[in-house]
Amino acid sequence: MNRRDFLAGAGAAAVTAWLPDAVYAAGAGRYDNLLVLVELKGGNDGLNTVVPYADAEYYNLRPRIAVARDQVLQLDAAAGLHPSLQPLMPLWQNRELAVVQSIGYPAANLSHFRSIEIWDTASKSDQYLSDGWLTRAFAEAPVPRSFAADGVVVGSNEMGPLAGGGTRALALNNTGDFVRQARLAGGEGVARNAALSHILKVERDVTQAAANLGNNSVTLRSEFPNHALGNAFKTAAQVVASKAGIAAIRVTHSGYDTHSGQQGTQQRLLKELAEGLVAMRAAMQEIGRWDSTLMMTYCEFGRRPRENQSGGTDHGTANAHFVSGGRVRGGLYGLPPALGRLDGNGNLPFAVDFRDLYATALDRWWGINSALALNGRYTPLDLLRA
Amino acid sequence: MLKRLFVFLIALLPALAAGAPMGFDEARHLLNRTSFAANVEDIESFAKLTRAQAVDQLLAWTSGKMITPPPAWVNEFESPRRLRDASEEERKAFQRQQAEKGAELRGWWITEMLTTPSPLTEKMVLFWHNHFVSGLQKVRSPVLMYRQNQLLRKHAFGYFGDLLHEVSKDPAMVVYLDGASNRKGKPNENFAREVMELFTLGEGHYSEQDVKEAARAFTGWSIDPDSGEYLFRRPAHDEGVKTLLGRSGNFDGDAVLDLLLAQAQTGEFVVSKLWREVVSPQPDATEVRRIARMFRDNRYNIKVALRALLLADAFYAPQNRAALIKSPVDLIVGTLRQFRFETGEVTPFLLAARQLGQDVFAPPNVKGWPGGEAWINSASLLSRKQFLERLFRAQEMRQPLPAALPGASPRERLVRAALDIHFDSELWFKQFAQGDALLTKVVLATEPAATAASTAQGVPRLRELVLDPAYQLK
Repeated sequence: MNRRDFLAGAGAAAVTAWLPDAVYAAGAGRYDNLLVLVELKGGNDGLNTVVPYADAEYYNLRPRIAVARDQVLQLDAAAGLHPSLQPLMPLWQNRELAVVQSIGYPAANLSHFRSIEIWDTASKSDQYLSDGWLTRAFAEAPVPRSFAADGVVVGSNEMGPLAGGGTRALALNNTGDFVRQARLAGGEGVARNAALSHILKVERDVTQAAANLGNNSVTLRSEFPNHALGNAFKTAAQVVASKAGIAAIRVTHSGYDTHSGQQGTQQRLLKELAEGLVAMRAAMQEIGRWDSTLMMTYCEFGRRPRENQSGGTDHGTANAHFVSGGRVRGGLYGLPPALGRLDGNGNLPFAVDFRDLYATALDRWWGINSALALNGRYTPLDLLRA
Repeated sequence: MLKRLFVFLIALLPALAAGAPMGFDEARHLLNRTSFAANVEDIESFAKLTRAQAVDQLLAWTSGKMITPPPAWVNEFESPRRLRDASEEERKAFQRQQAEKGAELRGWWITEMLTTPSPLTEKMVLFWHNHFVSGLQKVRSPVLMYRQNQLLRKHAFGYFGDLLHEVSKDPAMVVYLDGASNRKGKPNENFAREVMELFTLGEGHYSEQDVKEAARAFTGWSIDPDSGEYLFRRPAHDEGVKTLLGRSGNFDGDAVLDLLLAQAQTGEFVVSKLWREVVSPQPDATEVRRIARMFRDNRYNIKVALRALLLADAFYAPQNRAALIKSPVDLIVGTLRQFRFETGEVTPFLLAARQLGQDVFAPPNVKGWPGGEAWINSASLLSRKQFLERLFRAQEMRQPLPAALPGASPRERLVRAALDIHFDSELWFKQFAQGDALLTKVVLATEPAATAASTAQGVPRLRELVLDPAYQLK
């Protein structure tokens, strides 16, 4: 698989448009397939993650912080990974790692908060929605009640794509503590206003999830790196291993807002990310779930191609992300960053709408109709094996 | 005729209400929102006042004065320059020392919140900390964060325009939003964007071009790395003509701030945020416009806006009582104050606040803590309840502690502090000789959510009440 096989825009739409909506089993998603979203909070610099090392313009724009050509881990004749991502190379060689370049959306917003809201709610740039895209998907095709929860958020206080009232979403940091503390939540009571109703709902979700997680716990042998992201992946893996069922997990990795001194910070973050993804893969293989696991990175935006005066980068637009799993067709997707076609703010044009990536998860991975959850038809990427 | 008389009487009602004593329930509500916890005696004395008298009383008590002495080092700026030739060892030692100072700084503020005679002052300083956000994660200097806290304190009830101008030149802010790297010809947009999006106008009320032009106006706003003081670097300042918000001129940063203050939207943005802090999660657009106009007409006098909010009919409306979710600081400081816990070192409470999602002096990002329902998810709700349960359980299992050995490790000190929490239940319950109804009314902002009738008494009853979902509301 390489980018020649990538079906840009209308091309991919032509392939899927003939599919009648009826092929989607009404209201029943294939939730035995797990989705793991990895948020790179702050806006990872995609250009120094998937480096266009053959493009002289890249080195012109970044005299101080570019990744040197002889340092990159070459994927093809134009793109290479940051050296800290070395742990991902076995996945690449095994064709389990898809690298999608130039992901973005029209009329990009450069605010962290607004742009992540756009990503989390899958809204248009000028549209304000309150429910997360997964919340809407689960409303349309409910997750079985027997599952521990619809989704779990690890390592963040924000529910992101699982925000909104309709979903059974949990935040948890450690499964053992969660099950032990759950006795403190009752869930019984009369809701007299929105705030109280929210609290009571959280209590009920806790009670149900704890009952399921507590009865099905499995001890994993796989080891996780000793940092916050490693611990978050460990918790995620334990939730999956409990066999109680979970449709989606969102793990957050913070610190990517590198306005200054980017090199050292990103070097550490990308190393942690690669270690975490690889550990998660090992754990999923251990419990026989790797073929039913799809991991995707995402964040609010990429960063500006031209470095700033502080050895960092400011807020940008289009970005590169990773998709990995046992049934992922590894390779490069999307288009290389168009450094010669920057906009008035000095930012990149996009080639793949982020909602195409979401449609891939909804339509192809879960077999549910993405059009409602995404407020429109988007084109799944052809990056999954049957 | 009768109809006209009726209309006349209806019109008179609010005036009558304004002139009558507010009564127990309104006093409890007012104090729940403007302090960390309402005690029986405070509620009863406020109940005798009219709404206006009560609010004026609360505002008269506010002051910038602190009663907790600051940490000893607050006047010693630690220049990062000293690390230029430092060894790896020295760097690590410096970082350890800074981390300890950061903990001391948080401890100082929490102590002030626990002991201040004007809780409203601390609540407003915290509000501004969450509006003009800076954080230790990036500023890295506890001294600069302390100075910023003093600045927020100085203007907490003053004029919003003064606060905006001064905080924009505040060294912690300059570091936090990359002012030092914003130079002529090489602008860094971080501060210019946030001043519009988060401090004054709000998202959607400015363009990307406005951000770019404003960034040019703020070029040169920097700090002196030796003293940690604000420094204007004239050579780095862009003297050219800038065009933003429909105006053109050789604006400097102060001129841009004045342009922002001249926008009606700024008053509405700030008043809406205050509304969500003290009144309800959903601001009433008409009332916000009315109060914002008063706010602007009075040179952005913060007291004027706050007074209007606390006297608005919406503030006392039944549907807005117990409609806000306590922040972690409300919950922790409020519980300790409500039950008059005697405490030793405050470290366990700093850790609790961090675990519950509100690490003071270190908000998650420049937007601050989102608050409201976002405070409560499965993880944070269980942590809240566990904190409350342990607080009352520690009481039952309390044993005399052996004297501390000199040079105790931080961990040992923490364990000791956690054990050194005392609740004098006998004394406390003396307020409630009248029985459970009053107890419930004081501990909870609304009726218990749990439907089952309780026969528990004493501390077990308290435990039931604080673990009731309604205890999370104010």
